Amino acid sequence: MKNRGNTSQPPGLAVRFLEWYCRPELLEDLQGDLNEFFERNVKKHGLFKARIIYIIDVFRFIRPYTLNKPDFINLLIHWIMIGSYIKTSGRNIIRNKLFSSINIIGLAASMSVGLLMIAFTLDMLKYDGFHENKNRIYRVIDDHQYLNEPVHHMATTSIKAGNLIREKISGVEDLVIMQSGFQGDFQSGNNVIPIRGFWAESSFFNIFSFQLIDGNPETALKDPYSVVVTEKTARKLFGDEDPIGKTIVMKNHPYSDKSHGNYVITGVMKDISKFSHMRFEALGSFPTLEIIEKENDFVWKWESIWQNYVYILLPKGGAPANLQANLERLSAEENANMPNKNTRINLSLQPLTKIALGKDLSNPIGPTMSSGILWFISGMALIVLLSACFNYTNLSMARSLQRSREIGIRKVIGAFRSQVVIQFVSESVLISLLSLGFAFAIYLVIKPNFLALALDIQNLVSLELSANVILGFITLAVVTGFIAGILPALFYSKINAIKVIKGASSMKVFRSVNMRKILIAFQFTLSLVFVTSTLIIYKQYKDFITFDLGFQTENILNIELQGNKPDIVAKEISEIPGVDGLSKSSMITSVGSYWGSTVRYNDPQDSASVYYNIIDENYIPLFKHEIIAGNNFSKRPDDIKVNEVIVNEQLIKRFNIGNLKPENAIGEFLILDGEKTQISGVIRDFHYGRVDSEIDPFLFRYSNSDFKFINVRLISDDLPGVMSRIEKAWKQLYPVHPFDAAFYDDRIEEAYSEYSSMIKIIGFLAFLAIIIASMGLLGMVVYTTETRVREISIRKVFGAGIGNLIFLLSRSFLFLLVISGLIAIPATYLIFDKIVLSDITYHSPIGIIELFGGSVSIMLLALLLVGSQTFKIARANPAEALKNE
Amino acid sequence: MKGTNLGEFEELVLLTIAALMSDAYSVGICDELSRNAGRKVRLGVVHSVLHRLESKGLIKSHLGESTKVRGGKRKRFYSITSGGFESMLKAREIRNQLWSRIPEIALGRI
Repeated sequence: MKNRGNTSQPPGLAVRFLEWYCRPELLEDLQGDLNEFFERNVKKHGLFKARIIYIIDVFRFIRPYTLNKPDFINLLIHWIMIGSYIKTSGRNIIRNKLFSSINIIGLAASMSVGLLMIAFTLDMLKYDGFHENKNRIYRVIDDHQYLNEPVHHMATTSIKAGNLIREKISGVEDLVIMQSGFQGDFQSGNNVIPIRGFWAESSFFNIFSFQLIDGNPETALKDPYSVVVTEKTARKLFGDEDPIGKTIVMKNHPYSDKSHGNYVITGVMKDISKFSHMRFEALGSFPTLEIIEKENDFVWKWESIWQNYVYILLPKGGAPANLQANLERLSAEENANMPNKNTRINLSLQPLTKIALGKDLSNPIGPTMSSGILWFISGMALIVLLSACFNYTNLSMARSLQRSREIGIRKVIGAFRSQVVIQFVSESVLISLLSLGFAFAIYLVIKPNFLALALDIQNLVSLELSANVILGFITLAVVTGFIAGILPALFYSKINAIKVIKGASSMKVFRSVNMRKILIAFQFTLSLVFVTSTLIIYKQYKDFITFDLGFQTENILNIELQGNKPDIVAKEISEIPGVDGLSKSSMITSVGSYWGSTVRYNDPQDSASVYYNIIDENYIPLFKHEIIAGNNFSKRPDDIKVNEVIVNEQLIKRFNIGNLKPENAIGEFLILDGEKTQISGVIRDFHYGRVDSEIDPFLFRYSNSDFKFINVRLISDDLPGVMSRIEKAWKQLYPVHPFDAAFYDDRIEEAYSEYSSMIKIIGFLAFLAIIIASMGLLGMVVYTTETRVREISIRKVFGAGIGNLIFLLSRSFLFLLVISGLIAIPATYLIFDKIVLSDITYHSPIGIIELFGGSVSIMLLALLLVGSQTFKIARANPAEALKNE
Repeated sequence: MKGTNLGEFEELVLLTIAALMSDAYSVGICDELSRNAGRKVRLGVVHSVLHRLESKGLIKSHLGESTKVRGGKRKRFYSITSGGFESMLKAREIRNQLWSRIPEIALGRI
């Protein structure tokens, strides 16, 4: 029908579109008219314009009387024929066992990841759905910027901001201010349990739909020193007794004893659903905080934005956009009033429904998932799934020779094109549904592994089955089947019945060879990109955890004090055999936590934020930090406050102390937290933060209190034995808190767990992509060699050698592999060099091994596949193939 | 069957078909109308009017022979039915009557 030699043809797509929508009895006339106009226009305006006019006219002809009406009899026939389609599909699946299994395994493997992503996404979308006002609740969040440094996006804001919104801004129905840090050990009788929660105002229960089982939601958080506990906490504290009105005593707050005292239980709340973005065991009344922090000016200031959460409820029909302008005005006013003009704080609103799955913010109130990462991984999974669909498309189009006779007969008997399309689509959907069964089995296997990837994931989702999830799974299978099957279906439906019946061999079945080659090359490019990425990230991760941090971490056990007295614990532990040395510190460096304050030197205008760690006199020798000038701290009596610090080289550089000579810095004074502090030593720079960030100014402060960790160096052949002895000692001292200790190296590994999770996820996808691509390649090689058996035999009879034949058969495939390598390797290199690794300060260079290792091994695998198949054919006895003529 | 009243454009199409005699097919009608009415006539409009006239029973159609032009598609030729002829005459009669009632003086003033 198509005449490619004559180029002055109307655009094919438009012609087909017209054929599709137009009533058959009107079609010929319309087409003829359009053609006549087209020929005229070609002469008058040239081919291009004529084609444009043709397309426009095709759309102009869409009128009620030209449209094809749906044919109900046709629909009925489709319905009746489905049984026949399923039967022939089943026969086909069984007849071509190799191709069917390639398709089913490939689809199942890739679909299993799709199932995981569906279950995960549906779980994330479930978050906070139980709040009645969920669409009207917004959180006030902060952008914090110092000078021109990068903006910090924070989930927290200041108490002052909350109060100002309440006073000055209209269009807010209700507002609640919350603060983190309501935590400590709570005692009821002889029962002591640790509890974590928030301080919250009484409007909390107006805004959120957390249900009180007992107590009055209006007044429960109204009076100072009242507490609402969850059911579970209440049971832990009081067993089966009625908790309302009982008194509990708070002690051992981790960093301040101000909130210690007696609290009265005024409410019991239903336990919090897993799908709540905030989780807590108890709420302390906000008025308590107003009493205990009365003297602390900082808490009430505009710039105190680190630990408060403000939620607002808009009135029905209220728009957040109106509020945003007011918030900006408010921020501008308050920024102008701040003493420190270099800092800007800007308020904005975040919808409740976009908290759990949304932007990445600092100081999150609970577990969150960045929507960017979710999209990224879903995208990857989708690409792998598409790759498996390509296999199906490829293989079924390659086998068109076998199937075309069936189509010919069907068409002769009276099948319409649409029926052939439906037949093939339903066949692919059937295969896809079959694969869904296998995919579900794989899903059940990988689900626990996925949940175990990181604690965060387990915390975030449950991946339990529900009607929605199952519906999602089936939809995925049907859509996958449709995508995989639509191209072959259209291809088969175009088969000319007469030609097929006359002699199948005369048909041009290889018209889509180029497209199939592109699909194969695409699959391999994809696998190569995945594998190379995995290797590069793996190398990076290994480098991170074995990085020379600038101090020793080997065999050091960090024990979290959890509010217990450091001296008592230290004394007990130091007596245990196998303990070589011991120090105390306020934090663990190099694992991604930061403690900071502002420091000034001589210039009162120039202040910088400086990170610190509070340590005792044993810390520096224990970790073998290198002192390059001055001395280590020396032991002082407990009751004397010592203002001495040991700084790093960056700090000297930052303030330009003593012409950058460490020796000259000794004895100089810094202003730290508003107090004069003397520099008593300088240490060599080390990585205080994670290795992927730069080394910043840092100092060690000396103190006798404020410790949160005990660092123990073990020297023993039996480390687990020593550890269990330490644990035993701990249990005797503090039965309330479970022993929490980990080796430094393990903590470092944990600090980079996002990388290891990434490696596992991308690695798994790479594995799937390779399997799918290899199976696709295998299928194509088997098919091509089988169809060329006779040719090979004749060549062999005429004297071609096995080597020649293998080369002949595998040449085109090898060419494809080389092309994929040429695309994939530079692409991956560029992605990592320019985008991914450029953010990481101390990244290791991309090595030859990572870059080419994966590609070479995949090439070898592919060579093996192609080689083994072609070898089989090339070695076969030519007489066998030729005698069956 | 719908009413036999003719719209202005329908009347023009009918007249054109009658004038073209045996050569009345969609594109031909469209060209002829464009030439005589002095305005651009769209093929789609002509088509829908032809469809409407045919469903009113004022014209009838048959497919011609296949030729090399038009991409090998046959032309659909239209001719006037007796019903169509009648409604043309009727339309003309109404016009004539109305024309005859306008005094010549009035015409002169315009």
